[in-house]
Amino acid sequence: MLTKENILALLEEVKDPEIPVLSLVDLGVITGVEVSDNDHVTVNMTPTFAGCPAMDYMKKDVERTLEKHGISNYTVSMTFDSPWDSNKLSEKGRQHLKEFGLAPPPKYDLILDLDILEHVKCPYCDSDNTDMRTPFGPTLCRSMHYCNNCKQMFEQFKPL
Amino acid sequence: MNELAIKDLLYKLADDQLILGHRNSEWTGFGPILEEDIAFSSMAQDKIGHSLAFYTLLQELGEADPDTVAFTRNANQFHNNQLVELPNGEYDFSLIRHFLYDNAEIIRFEMLSQSSYEPIAKVATKLKGEVKYHVLHANTWIKNLGSSTEEAILRLQSSLNEALPYALAMFENSKYEQELIDAGVYSGEDAVKAEWLKRIQTVIEKTDLKLPDLATIEPKFGGRYGKHTEHLQPLLDEMAEVFKIDPTAEW
Repeated sequence: MLTKENILALLEEVKDPEIPVLSLVDLGVITGVEVSDNDHVTVNMTPTFAGCPAMDYMKKDVERTLEKHGISNYTVSMTFDSPWDSNKLSEKGRQHLKEFGLAPPPKYDLILDLDILEHVKCPYCDSDNTDMRTPFGPTLCRSMHYCNNCKQMFEQFKPL
Repeated sequence: MNELAIKDLLYKLADDQLILGHRNSEWTGFGPILEEDIAFSSMAQDKIGHSLAFYTLLQELGEADPDTVAFTRNANQFHNNQLVELPNGEYDFSLIRHFLYDNAEIIRFEMLSQSSYEPIAKVATKLKGEVKYHVLHANTWIKNLGSSTEEAILRLQSSLNEALPYALAMFENSKYEQELIDAGVYSGEDAVKAEWLKRIQTVIEKTDLKLPDLATIEPKFGGRYGKHTEHLQPLLDEMAEVFKIDPTAEW
């Protein structure tokens, strides 16, 4: 019999297409999994950024993964019911981001100001002596920074 | 709740974001520095994503699907304010427009996140976090350049004077204005405008720019109900070019 825990374990396999070390579960975009009495699986997802072109790909990847494991009775929907914010990234996800060379977003009170973007901890040398170069990066979810200590550019998965 | 009133509001939100998103995308490859090229391109992507979220809500209310709505209407069927359709001009004009527009849009999203109409409240809650980055970007550059060289200040002042009649028309009231306010959908355009004025003044006061006396400016109303400048139709023709050749193309 299928359970919510089984499904969540399967979904661990599905990674962010642009950050292949990060599972969608750890990213926090899987907002709900339900298994009904007749084994119908419902997976609710929410986008990180409304304009993120990877979201459609991620949704299809979830569907492919369910099918690969023999589940054909499912509904995967993308909604704004529990909107994503960067506090939804799991601890494990943050650790994976750092190992990947992307500074994880700080946990914050969801009141964004320039201060929390200004001195992000460098993922390479852990220095706080860094400057933000631009709040926009190569993808919608990244900002660009420079580390004055190890003298290299790095990116942050930005707080939202 | 009167569905026509909700649709009227959704169309204006979606069309503003789509058209300014398209204009922002015209900076891709042309930004004055690499970071600004990326910033305007990212904001373009965000805004087009936002328009999709609102067009999706419209589809749930029985309107056509988002691509059809975005790509097959003519200029006189668009509800965006005229400010967003004006050509990019030079960087100073694009920056001033971005500053005036995004400071208003974030107030609408903040109000709508508390809306009695739940589908809009959910979307607005999400989008206001994204627009926050646009506002930070605009305010930072206005503060920096607005108190820098004589040329920068002159250019920004002239663009500000040029953009204001259009910017004031962002708050053109809906024909359902009172209904939307009474139903608790949001506090309405006059309330958005009052808060907007406070916020842009706070930024402008930190620069050498001067906000002209707004009472002397005649707003360029009409955009909310299909009256547009000569610049909108060519933008739409370009945006829909691929769609019109092959509506089923995947790209």
